[in-house]
This record gives sequence, C-alpha cells and structure tokens, in this order.
Amino acid sequence: MSEASRQPSAISRQNGMGDGLQMRRAEVVGPVRQTVRRFRRHRLALAGLLIVTVIVLLAVLAPLAARQGPNEIDLRARNQGPSWSHWFGTDRTGRDTFARTIYAGRVSLAVGVVAVAISVAIGALLGALAGFFGGRVDSLVMRFTDVIMTFPPIVIILTVAALAGPGVRNTMLVIGLLNWPVPCRLVRAKFLAVREMDFVTAARALGAPTRRIITVHAFPNVIDVLVVYASLGIATAILLEAGLSFLGLGVQPPTPSWGNMLNPARNVSILEQYPWQWMPAGGAIILTVIAVNFVGDGLRDALDPRMKI
Amino acid sequence: MGRYIQRRIAIAVPLLLAITVLIFLLLQLTPGDPLDSYIPPDQPLPPAQREALRHQLGLDRPLVVRYLYWLRETAQGNLGYRAKTFEPVREAIAHRIGPTLLLMGTAMTIGITVGVTLGVVAAVRQYSLLDNLLTVLAFLGLSLPVYLAGLIGLYVFSLRVNWFPSGGFSTPGEPFSWGDRLHHLVLPASIIAVNYVASTMRYTRSAMLEVLGQDYVRTARAKGLGERVVVASHALRNALLPVVTIIGSYVPFLLGGAVFIESIFSWPGMGRLFLDGVESRDYPLIMGIALILAIVILTANLLTDIAYAVIDPRIRYE
Repeated sequence: MSEASRQPSAISRQNGMGDGLQMRRAEVVGPVRQTVRRFRRHRLALAGLLIVTVIVLLAVLAPLAARQGPNEIDLRARNQGPSWSHWFGTDRTGRDTFARTIYAGRVSLAVGVVAVAISVAIGALLGALAGFFGGRVDSLVMRFTDVIMTFPPIVIILTVAALAGPGVRNTMLVIGLLNWPVPCRLVRAKFLAVREMDFVTAARALGAPTRRIITVHAFPNVIDVLVVYASLGIATAILLEAGLSFLGLGVQPPTPSWGNMLNPARNVSILEQYPWQWMPAGGAIILTVIAVNFVGDGLRDALDPRMKI
Repeated sequence: MGRYIQRRIAIAVPLLLAITVLIFLLLQLTPGDPLDSYIPPDQPLPPAQREALRHQLGLDRPLVVRYLYWLRETAQGNLGYRAKTFEPVREAIAHRIGPTLLLMGTAMTIGITVGVTLGVVAAVRQYSLLDNLLTVLAFLGLSLPVYLAGLIGLYVFSLRVNWFPSGGFSTPGEPFSWGDRLHHLVLPASIIAVNYVASTMRYTRSAMLEVLGQDYVRTARAKGLGERVVVASHALRNALLPVVTIIGSYVPFLLGGAVFIESIFSWPGMGRLFLDGVESRDYPLIMGIALILAIVILTANLLTDIAYAVIDPRIRYE
C-alpha cells in the first residue's frame, strides 16, 4: 500500500508548495489517511476489527488467558458441564474446553493466515504474468483456473489432502496451493487494464526492463485488491481448515483446532449430551468469520467501493 | 439459439478434457507402485514376472498412451474398480447418485422459492424492520459453514425438539413411503439450502430494487395497476434475470455441502461415498466421483447459460 499511495500525495504536497497557494488541509490528505478515515466511519468494520483484535490477543496470550493447558488431562473431571473452574466444561478426557478453544485459535488463525499468504503470493505472480503478457501465457493460466474453479473447493481440497496426508503444515499448504485462482483472476483483470495506461508506456519508453515495470510500476495498483482479498480469504481459509479437520483430514489431535474440536460431535450422543464440548469451537468459528468479513467489507468500501470481490 | 448452444458446448468440451487430464495426473501422484494392488508387495514374485505383468497391464507404456487408454475406457463408462472391495466404481456411484440428486434438488427448490420470496418482500419493504432483520439473517446465513449449520440443525431440530429423525434415508423396518422419505429429507435439505437462501435473497433484493426504480414500473403504477400486479408481474420478471445466473453457479457449493451433510445425517449419497473413498484412500473411487461431479457441474453451467439465453434474448447476440 505505502509505495503507491504515498506517491500521489507527495506530488500534491509538492504542487501545493510550488504554487505557493495556501491549500486547505483537507485537500492534501493522502490516500492512506483517506482510507483510514473512511474505514473508521464504517461502524460494522470497527466492531469487526475490535472482535478480531480480542480473538488474536486471546490466541497469542493463551497461556495467560487459560488456567489449564490445552492437553492437561484430568480423569476425575471427564465430560463435566460448565462450572466456575471449567468455564466451558471439560471433554471426554477431562481437558478444559475453554483452554482448548483458545489454544485452537492459534492453530486455526495461523492456518488461515499462512494459507492466504501462499495463495496470494502464487495468485499475484501468475495473475501479473497473465495480465501483463496476455496471449498464450494468459490463456494457459486462465484455462487452469477454470479447471480448478469448476470443482467444489472442498472436493479438490479433500482429494489433495488425502494424497498429502493430514497435519498442520499440510493443511496450510493444501488450502494455500488450491485457493490461488481467485486472487490470480483479480490481479490479472487489474493488470490487463494497467498495462494499457500511459505511465506504463512512459516507463517502457524510458527503457525500464519488464520486470521493473511489473514490480515497481504496475504492482502497486493491485495492492488494494489483494488486501481486501486477503482479509476475506482468511475467513474462507479458516472455514476450509475447520471443514477438513471436522472430517478428520486436517489438523490432527491432540493439537487443538476449531475444526477438530467439532469432530467428536459427529457422534450423535456426544452432540446431544455434551453440547459444551463442540459449541465453543463452533461459536469461535462463526464469530471470527463474521468479524473478519466485516473488516474485509470495511476495507473494500474504504479503498474502493466499486471493487468487485 | 442453436448456434449459441453450440458455442457454449464448444467451450465446455475442452474444459472437460482438461479436467480428465488433471484427474489422471492426480491418480499418477498416488504413492506406491500400481502393481502392488494386484500383487501384494510382501508376496515374493520374481522380478522377471513382475516386469511381464507390468507389460501385460500396460504400466510400462508412456504416460500419454496410458492417459489415452484410460480416457477411452472412461468414455465407455468403465471407471475402474474400488481398491478394497473390487466393486466396479460405476456401480458404486450408480447406487449413490439418486439420493444425492434428491437432496440437491430439494435444497435448490427450497433455496430458490424461499430466497426469491424473501428477497421480494425485503425489496418491497426496503429499510423496514423486516428488511433489516432479513439482511442480518442473510449475513449470518452466509457466514455459517454448512457443517456447523448441520450440527446445530441436528442438535436443535432432531435431538432437542425431536421434529425430524436424526439421520438416515428412511425409517428402518418400515415399508417405503414418500411421507417417511420426505420426513428424512426436509432437515438436511434445508440445512444445505441455508447459504443458498441467503444469497438468492440478497441477489433478488438488489435486482428487485433496481427494477422497481425503472420508468416502466412507474408507468405501470401510473396507469392504475395495483401494487401486487406491478410487483408480481411487471417487476419480478425482470428482476429474476440475474437470479437465474446464480442458480447454476451454486451447484458446486451444494455438492460440496453434500459431503458434510450426508456425513452428519448418514445420508446414503455420493458425498458420503466420496468421503469413504478419501478416508480409505480408494483412488479409483475418488477419481470416478470427481469426474462425475465435473460433468454434473459443467452440465449445470451449460443449462444455466441456455436458460439465461432463453429468457433474455439479448444475451444471444453479445
């Protein structure tokens, strides 16, 4: 964000000084500050940001927030309902559900962030190449995204997860490596437009190598789209992780994740008799996803309300 | 019209071929020697005989040749055999596809009828309490993952209040009846439809608002038509145009939801078969289902495009 958006504001400031005109403060507000301002006016987005902050803090400071460890087994206190000593009760081996929910946040959030980082990196690279060079590169990349996007995401992810085997690292990789078509298309569409613009022609006329044109001149134009995609994409990735782990093909116990905490609830008697064992993880998923989506919507409206994501 | 359909099919066929290549390549990624499923590796077989068998099965041929063989067999309906039971994949899928289509069809029907109705109501009463309530519910519906909706739905509607059976396709021991089937069907289908209702409603609402602001709607009102006629027959027809496009685009998500919901509700469909395949690493089964899913989805896309062209002739000439 910084490079691109600072440039115009620096220019307007220079002009202001050069002309010797006294400009009102509002007119020299840079795009970054404008965006921040617009974001702050979006009440739902602020509420979302607050909730996300609390969830992230709880996850990071898990050892301080929980009085028990996530894998502390207490066989005398199995399947207990919520009480003062166990806020969300205990599971079938007497582990504290509150502690597990909080520690699970670390895993689920990390999977979400890393997976999105992977898909944004791949998508941005391929999208930039496809959009900038067009022609055969473009149609190859686009046909490939067509093929991947034909399938229900969970079906491809389950198939690849079955090949790769479960675990935190594989879950991150599988989700990240299969979700790049969406950012790829966004970046490509923007690059198609940008490559025709005068400043790109100017850079080319000045003899800038293609690589520099793509990274320095064209790329800053897609940062806003990628920021919005990343925030909404994290929500999707968290949902996919939870789905995979729910089916037992993602993060494996004893490492807690919101998804694998839902897994025992596939058993109807656990679902019925011990709702406190699965409801906190479910609530955490819904709360996180809604909050992250609010932040993403707010970012989109603040950066460019016409953006289509 | 005919040319339009031809062009659509011309786009779908190469896509399907590309999908078969992808599926075949995935199959090649499976760890282990394919010979092992014929001869267990712990049973000693002289290397010469192993090679002879490999040659006989065509496993020593180049990848492209094997792909073409596989494609020919697949095109003739031979999807191979399940890894453990040696049941033909085609039969396994044939047994399970009916229940899944029943579930999908019901979910789509619920999604379209409820979604369009609520969308129209929300648009007609824009910014009313009801509209705001529906907006919030739609947002919740869109954020709720299908597996969680399944768990909550099962917990509330069949374990707490006992309105619906907690799973299965029919009551065991009872003769088949449509009432019983419907009783088992309503809850899982409604849960798969949650996301669908929410997004159909949002689409209908915004399309309806756009149409209600147009001149011809004002003309209809000005010539004294009742509000009901204006909304139901003048506005709704045009508002439904964009809604038709999302009907098809939702099929992949419905099928993805089926994997979870069939598992939660013990529904004997393709989603659960797929999950069984994934859990037991039954690759021929996984690939067979992936192929069928791709065909179902491409067909749905094609039908959507055609339906759209039928109801909106402008599309054909673009």
